[in-house]
Parts: sequence; C-alpha cells; structure tokens
Amino acid sequence: METLELTQEEQFQARIDADVRIEPKDWMPDAYRKTLIRQISQHAHSELVGMLPEGNWITRAPSLKRKSILLAKVQDEAGHGLYLYSAAETLGASRDQMLADLHSGKAKYSSIFNYPTLSWADMGCVGWLVDGAAILNQVPLCRTSYGPYARAMVRVCKEESFHQRQGFEIMQTLCEGSPEQKAMAQEGLNRWWWPTLMMFGPKDSESPNTEQSMKWRIKRFTNDELRQKFVDMMVPQAEFLGLTVPDPNLKWNEAKQGYDFGDVDWEEFWNVVKGNGMCNQERLQARVQAHEEGAWVREAALAHAEKRKQREAALVAA
Amino acid sequence: MSQKEWPLWEVFIRSKQGLDHKHVGSLHAADAEMAIQNARDVYTRRLEGVSIWVVESKHVHASNPDDSAAFYEPANDKIYRHPTFYQVPDSIKHM
Ligand SMILES: [Fe+2]
Ligand SMILES: [Fe+2]
Repeated sequence: METLELTQEEQFQARIDADVRIEPKDWMPDAYRKTLIRQISQHAHSELVGMLPEGNWITRAPSLKRKSILLAKVQDEAGHGLYLYSAAETLGASRDQMLADLHSGKAKYSSIFNYPTLSWADMGCVGWLVDGAAILNQVPLCRTSYGPYARAMVRVCKEESFHQRQGFEIMQTLCEGSPEQKAMAQEGLNRWWWPTLMMFGPKDSESPNTEQSMKWRIKRFTNDELRQKFVDMMVPQAEFLGLTVPDPNLKWNEAKQGYDFGDVDWEEFWNVVKGNGMCNQERLQARVQAHEEGAWVREAALAHAEKRKQREAALVAA
Repeated sequence: MSQKEWPLWEVFIRSKQGLDHKHVGSLHAADAEMAIQNARDVYTRRLEGVSIWVVESKHVHASNPDDSAAFYEPANDKIYRHPTFYQVPDSIKHM
C-alpha cells in the first residue's frame, strides 16, 4: 500500500469534508482565520447597528405590549452581537479593534440597516422580512465548520423565530385593520422588499469568494440560492396578508417549482455598500456617539474593580 | 478615551437543578459581579439557567490539540474497560 502524506492544509480540509468542527486552538490556514474574522465581525456589527432602526420606534410603539416586545427583540439583537464578537475573539480578534473598525467605517455591516424606518409598519417589515432573510442566512450557519461560530448561530437562530413572528403579527394586525393601516403595511412592503432581497449579497457571478467559502463550509448556500428560497417563502405569506409584492416580473414558474422575479437594482446596492445610502452616516454617527458617551462608564467600572481588588488585598495582608 | 478592555470571562450555566454547569460562551466585564449580571442578561433571558459560574478566561488552562494523538491514544487499546468486552452466558440475567 502506498503511503499518503497529507500536508497540514490537506488534513484540515479533510476534517472539514468529514464535517468535523474546527475549534479555536486547532491549526487552521491563515486565510480561513482571516475570512472568518471578517465574516463573523461583519455579522456582529450588523446585529449591533441593526438595533438602531428599531430603537427608533421603542418610544412610539402603539401599545405597552408592542413596546415590551420590541424592547425584548432589540435586546436580543444586542445579545446576538455579543455572541458573535465572542466567537470572533476566539480567533484572536480583539473586541476593541473590531469596534474601532466599525466606527472608522473600515468594517462593513449589512446594508439593510442604512434604510430609514418611517412608519410603524416598518417594524412589521423589519421583523417579517429582514429577520426572515436573516434566518435563511443563519440557519445553515448552525452547521458551519468553525465550532464557536456554529454554536453562536444555534443560539441566535433559537431567538430569531420570535423576531420574525412578531413582525408578521404586526403586519397581520395592520392588514386586518382600517384601510389606512392596510395602506401603511403595503407602503412598508413597497420600500422594504427590494432592500431585503439585497441582503443576500451580490449575484453568484459577482461573488468570487463564494467557492472558497463553500469549500471551507463557512457558507453553505450561494447568494442566489438563498434569494430564490426567500422569494418562494415570502410570496405566499404576502398573499395571505393581502399585500402585493412590488415586482411586476414576479411569476410562478411551474417547471422550476419556484418564482421568477425581477432583477435587483445593483447600482443602488453598491451605492449603499459604499456608504452613500440614506442612513449610512446617521447610523455610524449614532453608534460612535453611543460608544463615546459610554466611555466613562467603562472606565469607572474598571477603576471600581481595581479599587475593590486593592481593598481586598489590603484586608488579606492585614 | 481609554484603550483598556474589560477582561474576558467564560460563562457556565446550570440549566436546571440536578444537571452540570455547561460552558455557554464568554463576555467582557470589569469584575466577577458584573460578569454574573451580564451573563444573566445575555445567556438566561428565556429561563435557560438556574445557576451561573463565571471564570476569567485567563485562568482556563487547556490541553493542546497538537498533542491529541499521544494524549488520548493510551485509551484506544483498553477495550476491556468497557462492559461490552465481556461475554455473559445467555442464562445469566441481571448483569
Ligand atoms: Fe439578530
Ligand atoms: Fe433578529
């Protein structure tokens, strides 16, 4: 029998192919580590910035029940950010550095959060569509090759389904309400539909890293596959609500057992990615401001902990 | 602005009375008390736990995955440590 000498990288790939999870102290190619840090921290940033458009409505929710639900959802998103930052830290990234990159504009976050939330129906649309799209992206990542990332995603996914349901319930309530409420729901869908389709990222033909990411199993479906799944999932739900999906090219295709749909406005997509969306500046500014205004709290807590440590040490010495 | 990060803590949660504490993740906090409070807020928002342990991450010592072969191999050939190694006559019950 001939002996097979595998390189470190081949052994690594063999483990991934066998669906063995990679853990923090295991050897991994530099590019795998770097790609993961970028992907996980971008995801974490999205959770963090994602709190802002919904935070906008907490004080204006139409009832105490809705307010409590929205607060709980926004709090979950903060938690999701934390799970993900922690996962990135196991790869050697520093929390401060990741935040600095977000605040300087160097790091990206999901473009969807650069759109404004103008009406209460937008809280419905964000939960129903945006969290719905996030779930499609995230469920396959529960089986991603990097252990801490996969475990964080399991936790996130458990919490996301409540997010989508509360959004759908807001939409359903509006759609069963007055004509004005129904119109508000339709207007929300009109604004959110296309930006949500953009959440899945550029077309496969323009996503050069997809192949390597699929090979490493840090991505398990292509952008276009997920976009198709999303449309097929959401159209019947919109029909149930009595809402019209704002796409004249939307049509059931019997042969592929899925919907054909129009092309996303990619110019708008790239424009928002490059920082020129409606709220890019506002979001980043709000984030930086929150961080800076919290600086004294972080410093005071450290000083307090330090003082207490010294006091305890003095007690022991005495 | 201070560049000093709050230390990192590992969080362990007992999901219900009678079960072990299990590692659930990590977080930053200035001290143990804050770590426990943050762990409560982050990891037990849906009744996931009845008890929380936090340990500063720098105090965790781990085995080295590169040594795995040498470290765990000695158990490989000791199949007599498992009950299935032994043949019990059919007529013997309750064993
Ligand atoms: Fe989330
Ligand atoms: Fe969510």
